[in-house]
Amino acid sequence: MPTADEIKQRIESAIPDASVSVEDWTGGGDHFRATVVSPAFGGKSRIEQHRMVYAVFGGEIGGPIHALSLTTKAE
Amino acid sequence: MSETENPLREAIAEAIRDNDVILFMKGVPEAPACGFSARATACLQALNVPFAAVDILPDPRIRQELSGLSNWPTIPQLFVKGELVGGSDIIMEMYESGELAQTLGVEAPAAAPDEAPAGADPAPQALGIENRLG
Repeated sequence: MPTADEIKQRIESAIPDASVSVEDWTGGGDHFRATVVSPAFGGKSRIEQHRMVYAVFGGEIGGPIHALSLTTKAE
Repeated sequence: MSETENPLREAIAEAIRDNDVILFMKGVPEAPACGFSARATACLQALNVPFAAVDILPDPRIRQELSGLSNWPTIPQLFVKGELVGGSDIIMEMYESGELAQTLGVEAPAAAPDEAPAGADPAPQALGIENRLG
């Protein structure tokens, strides 16, 4: 089961210059809430921004990571 | 080709085409089975927008095909006029900024969705996708 720190590190290593904060929403290790700020989001719609973050985890979303609530910003 | 090989995916695509506002969710609007689906429902109800709802829980293939079609991994998913608007985070953000009302072509209410749904139309049409296949 991933920890909030692992999720933060994986997003940061996958998305250029991302500044990421992650909290374990329920304390149960499967509902997380992340705020991701990256210049890589510039010019992209919210849908595209969220897809970029979800893509880091592939099939884990909905599996081991039951929920990853996202707030994304370009800066 | 995909139409003949994947009738479920085609039925989902057709439901998205046929309904201007359609929410794929866990549970039904009267009884959402997940907090995220509940929040999405509350936003739509607070805006008094009629919407079709599809419960993805009865058959795991619905979610699988929906996500394959939309390239979006989580539930709920809101489509307006055939376009994916977002999941619960984006729906909430757009509700709060007034963009959701704009996208749906209605006026933004003064109250937040947490408090508003009491007065909302209680009977949005529930569309069971499995019935569409029958």
